[in-house]
This record gives sequence, C-alpha cells and structure tokens, in this order.
Amino acid sequence: MLKTTPFHARTAALCVSHAWRRWAGYVVASAYELSHEREYHAIRSAAALIDVSPLYKYLVTGADSARLLDRMVPRSVARAAIGQVLYTPWCDAAGKVLDDGTIARLGETEFRVTSAEPSLRWLEANATGLEVAIADASDATAALALQGPNARAILQELTDVDLASLKYFRLTAARLRRIPVTISRTGYTGDLGYEIWLDAGDALAVWDALVEAGTHYGITPAGMLALDVARIEAGLMLLDVDYVSARKALIESQTSTPYELDLGWTVDLGKEAFVGRDALAAEAERGAAWRFVGIEVDWDSLERLHAEAGLAPRVPSAPWRTSVPIYARSNQVGYATSGVWSPLLKKYIALAHVPTRWAAPGTPVDLEVTVEHQRKRAAARVVKKPFFDPERKHA
Amino acid sequence: MANNTYDAIVIGGGHNGLVCAAYLARAGRRVVVLERRERVGGAAVSEQVFPGFTYSVFSYVVSLLRPEIIRDLELPRHGLHVLPLESTLTPLANGDYLAQWNDHDQNRRELARHSLRDAEAYDEFGRLMHQMARAVKPFLGMAPPDPASLAPRDLAGLARVARHFRGLHRGQFHALHKLLTMSAADYLDEWFESEALKGTKSASGIIGTLLGPRSPGTAYVLLHHYMGELDGVFRAWGFAKGGNGSVSAAIAASARALGAEIRTEAPVARVLVENGRATGVALESGEEIRGTRIVSGLDPRRTFLDLVGACHVPGELVEAVRRFRFRGASAKVNLALGALPDFTCMPGRGPHLRGAISISPSVDYLERAYDEAKYGEFSRRPYMDVVIPSMIDPAMAPPGKHVMSIFAQYAPYRLNGGWTGARREAFGDAVIDTLSEYAPNLKSIILHRQVLTPADIERTVGLAEGNIFQGELSLQQMFSLRPAPAWAKYRTPVDGLFMCGSGTHPGGGVMGAPGRLAALTILGRASG
Ligand SMILES: Cc1cc2nc3c(=O)[nH]c(=O)nc-3n(C[C@H](O)[C@H](O)[C@H](O)COP(=O)(O)OP(=O)(O)OC[C@H]3O[C@@H](n4cnc5c(N)ncnc54)[C@H](O)[C@@H]3O)c2cc1C
Repeated sequence: MLKTTPFHARTAALCVSHAWRRWAGYVVASAYELSHEREYHAIRSAAALIDVSPLYKYLVTGADSARLLDRMVPRSVARAAIGQVLYTPWCDAAGKVLDDGTIARLGETEFRVTSAEPSLRWLEANATGLEVAIADASDATAALALQGPNARAILQELTDVDLASLKYFRLTAARLRRIPVTISRTGYTGDLGYEIWLDAGDALAVWDALVEAGTHYGITPAGMLALDVARIEAGLMLLDVDYVSARKALIESQTSTPYELDLGWTVDLGKEAFVGRDALAAEAERGAAWRFVGIEVDWDSLERLHAEAGLAPRVPSAPWRTSVPIYARSNQVGYATSGVWSPLLKKYIALAHVPTRWAAPGTPVDLEVTVEHQRKRAAARVVKKPFFDPERKHA
Repeated sequence: MANNTYDAIVIGGGHNGLVCAAYLARAGRRVVVLERRERVGGAAVSEQVFPGFTYSVFSYVVSLLRPEIIRDLELPRHGLHVLPLESTLTPLANGDYLAQWNDHDQNRRELARHSLRDAEAYDEFGRLMHQMARAVKPFLGMAPPDPASLAPRDLAGLARVARHFRGLHRGQFHALHKLLTMSAADYLDEWFESEALKGTKSASGIIGTLLGPRSPGTAYVLLHHYMGELDGVFRAWGFAKGGNGSVSAAIAASARALGAEIRTEAPVARVLVENGRATGVALESGEEIRGTRIVSGLDPRRTFLDLVGACHVPGELVEAVRRFRFRGASAKVNLALGALPDFTCMPGRGPHLRGAISISPSVDYLERAYDEAKYGEFSRRPYMDVVIPSMIDPAMAPPGKHVMSIFAQYAPYRLNGGWTGARREAFGDAVIDTLSEYAPNLKSIILHRQVLTPADIERTVGLAEGNIFQGELSLQQMFSLRPAPAWAKYRTPVDGLFMCGSGTHPGGGVMGAPGRLAALTILGRASG
C-alpha cells in the first residue's frame, strides 16, 4: 500500500475531487476541489496550505557535517550562516546531476537536507572517514508549505517570532501555539511563503491552528496541480519531469550537468573539492552544450493555427509534463518538459532544454502544438526565467 | 506411408523440438516429430495426475520464452496466454516476511522496512543488471561464434561481440567482469545488507545447478534470469494459463497448422548413420524412418552416446560430452489441496498467494541446504520456490480447491545409496515439513502429493541425471562451449545431424531459442 502523510486525516476529508497522485511513495491530493484553479489563485492572491511531507529529509550532525556536505554538493556549505538555507543540485563524478534539494544549517554542526529521491546511501558513501551522523528523518518530520501574499500575516498570528525580519532563504526555530517547529522562508512557488517543519506527531494540531488563524486571510489547502502551475511560473525544475537523475539514466544523453540546467550559479569552483568538480571545471571552461530555458508562446501564432481549423485558441489550463519538440529553423533542436497556461500572466509558458546557441533570451523558436489531431508549430521565443517574480518574494 | 523420406526428422517433442519443427514446416519443409511419451512437451507438460487437478508437472513458470517465437508461430492464436506473477514473498523464521511487489513504491516501502539502504540500492542494482543483460543479450539471439575458428562467419560474429563490449562504459565492463567471476552471494553482498533479500535474490543464481550461492560463477546465472525482462516484457515472470503444458500445446498446434507431423509413443532407438552421414532413425518398434536431416531435441549425452553411438563421433567430442556436467539437483513436489495454505507471516487469502513464495530466508540457509547435497544427501530444509497456479488460473483445480507447485533444491541425482521409493517420500516429507513451518495448516489440506526426484525426471522426460536444463548453466558450459567447443552451432560432426535442445546455446528454460536457432541454422538463415 502507499503511505499517507501525517496530515492525511485532514487532507482526505477535504479532497472532494478524489483526485490523488503519488509522490515519493505517498498519496497526496492533486486538487482538493474539482478544479485546481482556485487553489492556484490562492497561492498568488491569498495563502495556500500545501502538504509537502513526502520530501526526503535527512539530519546530518557531527563535527564534520559541513565537510561532508561540502564534499557532496557544488555550493559552498561552510560559508553558510547558521539559519541559512541553500538550494543546490548535487552530482556524480562526471558532473551529472543526481538530485536537487535544500541544505538548511540548523546549527554550527547540524544540517537538514531535503531531496526528491532517497539519499541516505549517497550521503553515507560520501561520509567515509568523517565524523558525522546521518539520520533519515523523512517519516518522522512532517512539512507544510504556506505560500502566498498573506502567508506572513497568518503565521505571525500564531508565533512570537518576528517574521518580518526573517529573510528570504533563512530559517528560525519557533513555537506555533506552543508546538515547536522550524519555519524557513522557502518554497516552490516563487512567491512570499514559508515552509514549516515539525514532528509528525504534531501534524494535525499545526494544520488546525493554521487553518483557524488563516481563515480570515483566505487560507486554502492546495494540491499538486496548483503547485505545479506556480513552480513553472517560477521557472523551478522538477526531478523526473524536467531532468533525469544520473542515477536512473540509461544512456548518457539523458543526463544533465548543473550548467545545462541553468544552475551554474550554484557551482563554486573555488571550493577545493566536491564530487564532480573536475568535470564541471572543464565544462565551465568549454561552455555548456545545453541550457534550460523559459519559452513563451506567441499568442497570435496560436490563434492563427487554431483559426485555420475553425477554432478559437485552446490552451492547457492544467500543467503538462511530457516531452514536446522545440524547433529552430524547421529542425528539432530541443524539447520542452513542462508547460502550462499561466492564468495570471495570460501566457502559454514552458520550460525547455535547448542547445546553447538557441538559448539567448529573445531567440525565436517554435513549440509543437496539436490542433485538431494535427501537429503544428507555434511561434515562440526564449524568455528569461522566472516568468513571474513578485517583489514580495524577497521583500 | 507412401514416401517414407522427410526433409527433417525431429527427435523428441520437447518444446524446443516442437519450435524447431514449426519453423522448418513454416519454411515449407516436410517434418516429423517423434516423441517417446504419449504426450508432447518434455519438461513443459500439464497433466491431471490426480483427477480434477492439473499439475504443471515439471517446469511451472515462463519468463524467457522468446517474444519473436510467440509472434512468428502465432502462439496466442493457438491458445497461449501468459498471466503475470505479481510478487515474491519470503517468509522468515521469526514470523516476519520480505515481500517484493511489482509496484515500485510498494516495493520500496517494504524493502525500507528491512533496510533503508537496500531500498535505495534496489533501483540502482536493477538498472545495472538491466544494462548488463542488454550487454549479454545479443548473444541469446545469435548462434555463438567459435573463438578458435577462422571462418569468416565466426570472425564476423566475434567482431560483433568485441564491438559490442567496447561500447560498454568502464563501470559496466567491470560489473560484467564481476558477474562472470563472482559468486551470487559475494556479488549481492556488494549491494545489499538484508539477509532475506540476499537469500531470495541469490536463489536465482543456483536454480538447476549443484552449486551453492557462495560458489563462484553463480553471479552470472543471476543475470540470465534478468534477461527475460528486456523485451518490453513488463512483468517478467508469468504463468501460462492451463499450466506450462499449454506452452507446448500451443507450439504443437502451430506446428501442425504449418504442416508438421507429430507422432507420440514413437521412441527413437538409434540414429541411422551411413558413411558418416545421418540418414534416418530407427524406432524402438523397429520401424525405420528416413530423413535428409535429423535434429535431436535431446541432451548431448543421450544424443551422442545413446542414439548415435560413440563409434560415429570423434573421440574428443565423446570426451567433452562425457565431461558435460549434468548433476541434477532439483526436485518437484506437486500438491492437490482442499483449501488454501495459511501463511503465519501473512494470514488469509491475499495477493501474496498469486505470486511466488520463496523459502530462502538467508544466504546461509541456502548454503547449508547445499552443504548437505555436496556430500550426497538431500537438504533436510531445502530451498523452495512455491506457486499456487489455481490462484492465477482457477481452472487448474475444482472450485474452492487448489494446486501447489513446489520446486525444491537440493536433491542430488547421486544420492548416497541411490534414490528409492522410500528416499523419495522422505525428501517429500522434508519439503512438506519445512513448508509447514511457515504455513502450519499445509499438512491438513493435502489431498494428493506427487514427488519427483532427479531420478524420476530422468526416467520420465529423459533429461540426463534429471538436470532441468539439459546440462548445468555454468559458465564453462555456455555460449560457444555449449555443448562442446567447435560444436556449439547446432551442427555435429555427423553430417546431416543437428541439435536443438536446451543442451545447446543459449541453454535451458522454457525459452524456445535453441529450437528456433537450430531451425534457422538448418535453413541457412542463422546470423552470427
Ligand atoms: C522440475 C523442473 C522444473 C523446471 N522449471 C522451469 C521453470 O519454471 N521455468 C523454465 O523456464 N524452465 C524450467 N525448467 C527447465 C525447462 O523445463 C527445460 O529446460 C525445457 O523444458 C527443456 O526443453 P527441451 O525441449 O530442450 O527438452 P525436453 O523438454 O527435455 O524435451 C526432450 C523430449 O524428448 C523426448 N525424448 C527423450 N528421449 C526420446 C527418445 N529416445 N525418442 C523420442 N523422444 C525422446 C522426451 O520425452 C521429451 O519430450 C524446469 C525443468 C524441470 C525438470
């Protein structure tokens, strides 16, 4: 049987759509309501409460904990301040991305690592000879994302910690109505938002407190579809959807490096050593062959293609996650891996892999669209990510 | 018969002989299959040994049956339907269990209950084995090249092999090297820590051999069992509706539809050899049948020593055949049950009863079972692979009743003091006693029991020493060495005499590949 999260008693009661999906061996709601639309708008206009407990979580402690993580990931962990959270990919020896996640520095020698895939063996494999303890806290730790412009006000009703001074990608210990939690100003929506980390045993009490405090602020439980729309708008990639872990790839061409995924900013070649460093240094010199870019479809082109079939333009209101060809000068040069109609921007947007020469913002490309069973090419162009980046995210 | 000359005479109606005959008939050849028993199928037969209950008497699951054979011979049209086996349950002595499920998430969760590390390693292990199987698989579909030959065809074949291996990554090449040299237990130790998982996985390295999980070379056999997963066969292990006899029946029906003649109760006594050329066969009845080509579906020992006669065969081949290792080690216990067995670790009727149940709690357990066999005794607590076919195909037993198929090791062919009726039943008791430790109601629900030792297998099917694969699948008997160096391509030193059974490349199992490749060789269409 699939696992249920510590919030299942609440989420199951709310899931009138009966639309569940799998995430890391758990069942989670795709959408609670019959359509995900209101849930999406809550993320951007009020506050959405999202159960993200299925994330894999590890506690790394001990004198060498920073050394271990510095060995493993391309970002500099030693330089992270206590209370800082780092987003980072990590690679195999060939510099190919295995997974991506966050590293939260809870103390001088205490870190919480989150990942999309189980990572205990990889952490242990890199820990030989180091004084560290690695504990899998995946099941014991529940996690909620509270995302949206009202997220801060809601949380502030429940805690004495001054959230206005909690900066983007920082965390703090706090009590929500006496329940100890960690609050990090992080999320997967590209909006103002927080993630709350707590003991699984306190899950229902925390959920209830948030819903109670949030009702006046329009708090809305949101499922994976709404989250997916938001993360595409935020230009954030997803393992197994936008890239294949080098651990699972069957052939070389399925793998990607951080540079190819537009994560060059996470690679600190100044660090003395980390897994994949040599390969990445060579690539930095050479330049990445591929790029992960934003694509925006030209509305007039879409309208014209539909008009030829006697239809009004149709756009995908639910996010898709298949491989869709990208053309340049009538040859297929790349492929998009996620796309959706952005209800806020009123644009059809997609995330795509293209060779570097087609990756500059403004480059005209075509995206395959299917109109009445016919494959067509809609004009599009490469644009900067994120597609949507509100001031409040950092402010 | 007016014209007593065939284009080809196939000796033995095992599934390989039938496949070979069907392909020859399909190419327009006039073919007859001569089967000693009253039914075709050899080690792939279904029989109502006890009225109302159908046993897959010997082989009982299908994994390696080649998809191109299913397509070419239109086996589904002739009644073949392979149903999925969904899981493997390994009951443990402490009342717990290890289950392996088809669903990835469910499987990972169950493995994580035993070891978080194993749960993670499992996918990587699977990916590597998949890649290794891909590396080795092309050989299954090609007649093995002879490394010592300078014939253009062999050289071309070897070049293909070399090119292929050069295409492997260094890591993959090392893994392949390990697989070819290590024991299953050592290989698995590099990956996993849970005893139940290692025990169950290593079991597939010892099937059909008188080797233990710690014997070198058994790692390769693990790989052999991954092979079936490659052909887009999503669920690798399956169960043929109607039992494994329906595989043979479908092939026979296809062969007949293509024009082949199949005669049962027609035991061949001799291959007729004139001037170094096989010209026909003599049946035990004295009847002589002439054919341009004679194809033996029997193992190399029966073929060369019994039917052809050592005097017609070069001395070195006779020696190689004498050395060819059979050493049957596997037995079969078939049960008719009045009700379902109730496993202590997972009580009641559940999906686990539709899958395999493996008595392989640890590598030590298997190795101890082997220790006894090494010195000529049967295992008092054997390794067992158990399925309940009636849970998958209810027609195998009367309503509410069941059949159980137990494959058990080790029961050495050369038992100290030899196999007698009493020793056979003593082994049957050991099997039932051991299984009852995990399913205590078993003894009370048995309506009928059939125990088949390697001696019985040899007597009934003709498999030498009861080896289930017509010879061990050990590395020194594979590829271009199967059955003997220089004679691994279905041809023999006797003109006009060919081989098509499991004793030839790529070996045993209800796979059909030897039969097909032999036919293609005879038709001059083999690649390699
Ligand atoms: C107990 C047991 C369990 C097994 N389990 C499995 C399993 O679950 N899955 C799997 O894939 N494989 C299994 N195998 C192996 C598989 O069944 C064999 O490798 C395969 O069936 C052999 O087929 P064959 O056609 O090569 O030879 P055989 O099946 O051995 O065919 C030879 C035929 O020749 C006939 N014959 C013998 N002598 C003469 C003669 N003088 N004249 C005429 N005919 C003669 C025999 O009666 C027989 O029909 C098992 C085998 C056994 C014994």
